[in-house]
Amino acid sequence: MTARRLGWAGVALGAIAWYVTLPPLLVRTPVPSVLIALVAVGAGVAATREGDAQICRAAILVGISGGIGAIVATKSGEANLEKVFVWSALFAAALRFATPLLFAALGGIMSERSGVINIGLEGMMLMGAFFGIFGADISDSWVIGLLIGLAAGGVLGFLHAVFSIALRADQVVSGVGINFLAAGITGYVFIAHYGDQGTPGSVPNVPQVNLPFIKETGFFGEAIGSANLLTWVALLLVPLMALFLYRTAAGLRLRSVGEKPRAADSVGIPVLRTRYLAVVTSGCLAGLGGVYLSVGLVHSFNQGMTAGRGFIALAVVIFGGWRPYGALAGAVLFGFSSAVAQRLPAFSDSLAVLFQALPYVLVLIVVAGLIGRSRPPASIGVPYVKE
Amino acid sequence: MSEPVEPVVDQLDGTPVAQTPAARLAAYVRAGGVVVPLLTALLAFVIGGLVVLVTGHDPIATYKAIFEGTGFQWLFPWVTGDDRATAALNLQQTLILTTPLILTGLAVAFAFRAGLFNIGGQGQYTVGGIAAVWVGSSFAGMPGWLHIVLAVAAACAAGAAWAGIAGLLKATVGANEVISTIMLNYVALWVGFYLFSLGGPLQNNHDTSVPVSNDVVDKAHLPVFWGDPVLQGLHIGIFIALVAVFAFWVILNRSTTGYEVRAVGLNPEAARYGGMNVARNYVLVMAVCGLFAGLAGSMDVLGWQFRIATNDIQISQIGFLGIAVALLGRNTAMGTVAAALLFGGLLSGTSQRNLDPSIFEPELAANLTTIIQGLVVLVVSADVLVLAMLRRARGLVPGRGRA
Repeated sequence: MTARRLGWAGVALGAIAWYVTLPPLLVRTPVPSVLIALVAVGAGVAATREGDAQICRAAILVGISGGIGAIVATKSGEANLEKVFVWSALFAAALRFATPLLFAALGGIMSERSGVINIGLEGMMLMGAFFGIFGADISDSWVIGLLIGLAAGGVLGFLHAVFSIALRADQVVSGVGINFLAAGITGYVFIAHYGDQGTPGSVPNVPQVNLPFIKETGFFGEAIGSANLLTWVALLLVPLMALFLYRTAAGLRLRSVGEKPRAADSVGIPVLRTRYLAVVTSGCLAGLGGVYLSVGLVHSFNQGMTAGRGFIALAVVIFGGWRPYGALAGAVLFGFSSAVAQRLPAFSDSLAVLFQALPYVLVLIVVAGLIGRSRPPASIGVPYVKE
Repeated sequence: MSEPVEPVVDQLDGTPVAQTPAARLAAYVRAGGVVVPLLTALLAFVIGGLVVLVTGHDPIATYKAIFEGTGFQWLFPWVTGDDRATAALNLQQTLILTTPLILTGLAVAFAFRAGLFNIGGQGQYTVGGIAAVWVGSSFAGMPGWLHIVLAVAAACAAGAAWAGIAGLLKATVGANEVISTIMLNYVALWVGFYLFSLGGPLQNNHDTSVPVSNDVVDKAHLPVFWGDPVLQGLHIGIFIALVAVFAFWVILNRSTTGYEVRAVGLNPEAARYGGMNVARNYVLVMAVCGLFAGLAGSMDVLGWQFRIATNDIQISQIGFLGIAVALLGRNTAMGTVAAALLFGGLLSGTSQRNLDPSIFEPELAANLTTIIQGLVVLVVSADVLVLAMLRRARGLVPGRGRA
């Protein structure tokens, strides 16, 4: 068995160790889970000897957390577990939380694949969130709101592009500046226009897509039978972007600009223009994620409402190895952790507050444990100067 | 990370290479003078003024009102009588806010000098405040000075440990400190929420209906040396901050540790080749940064807040402003003090307490501060190029082709 397969088996076993103690199986003794978890950790350790450190660390990590999760689950009341782990509802919530992350992460992939670090995703998302609902409010149409939100993200993306490409700024510092700027601008216009009242409740929202034929089919019906239109758009964008990146000439050019800009330049690919387009697109996508938050999910805006989702999206990009399908997996994982955290008040109100930190801790673990040595695009963060 | 880092070459005249932020900023510092930071600040204020203008307010009147709120006119000898008394009160507020800003600025600046970008000042400030309020509100029988020392030490340790996590992750598995410090900010926020929320372990014992900590006991308050303690006069924290500035300068410029920190910041590979322990340096540097930011948290808690409500944790921007303070102050000791004064003035000048709402609403002004902060960071991010262009325009640096 190769190290890779052994590692993946460890990850799966770790997850199973936890799963059996949850509804519907609800094993009430931790013994089998702990044994399974130990096997998972063992698989991870064994795989380490064969090489492929990444997946092995993942196996060890998932094994340990699966074991701990199982012990915690067997110690808590069945009624509470039944309340929290309603799988169809959890999955639906995970999709809701994953959507904005997915948009922003796809944007992040565009930008970073072209060689420009985009810490400013958070700010671009915030712009989309505010100007999306602002546009929907003044035009009384969610379509126009969506377009305005998308454009607002794009404008900020353009600003980041000007600084990182033309002015050759430090891209991380510039991105941090972009985030503050976005927080200031959205907060300013929000207060100036809406004051203490907040956004009105009458703003048109992005509609839900009801699939009556699926809705009757139990688990899937409840999980995806009534998702937001933008959730479907985000999911559809994943294969589209994979197709674009790996199966089109433009995608190849984009990737080459991020890997070896000098070589790309020498065969006539316009490096700077490609990067501009990529970063602006990135801003538009992050803006869409923000539009989903305000006009699709929450139906209102408050200051700083993105709450670090742009940064989590960056971690999702890294987690997914700068690949669209990887980002999908990462976004769903983080969405799931948020969904679980959201349902924990069933146990204890004050502990549930603490568990709001779960997605952020997860990012830390991901950035530290799993992907210590993942390979970013070769020329990321390096401004290009034409010969 | 084990990728070889190429030697640092002038970005304009050689091949562009990935430089550490510290290396870039070192060029900025070498360029000398205070002209560029002043221009940066001016540009940010002008653009901020344009925002005020297009949203239908008078920028001149707005900035004038903000300036009057800072109390800086107390320094003008021709201001007398009631105006002078008001200015003194306002200036005390400005300096109260300058104190933590100096320290969170140092927390960012120190990391920058080591080639690290510490965006986690906010989280480190928060855990410092939590530690200070916990110690300060417990042990009621202790002598005052010992209580203060203990609370401050606990805050420093908490901040150092919190930032140390990011340093450790960077040193051991190469986790990018930008992402890890941002995440630690959010974790600190939610931990604080948990501790002080209704039913939380550190929530107020006497009033269980408010999400707020216990009060720091009176004897553990920092002494007030200017103004009325009841009216939130100026506490001695400003001197502690200035001592920290001096310590920052000494560590960086007069110690072996500082030499290593700067060497690692300029070129980690060269430093490693020279026999320095780069990994250990990362942990040490982050811990020192956290210590500064944690100290900032304790100054606010023991100096004037005396308690932490969950709401305070959410709205505080002191740690984030530290980024703009450090960048505008060019990561130097004196620069940080000057930039902290500027942002301290901006914060107090736009506060509910000091800004005349008939001229400009404080809620708007708070966002104006954030806009200016963003613009400062954005402009500084590109300054190396701006500087090089300035120098080339003056013919000091031969351009490519002429060299």
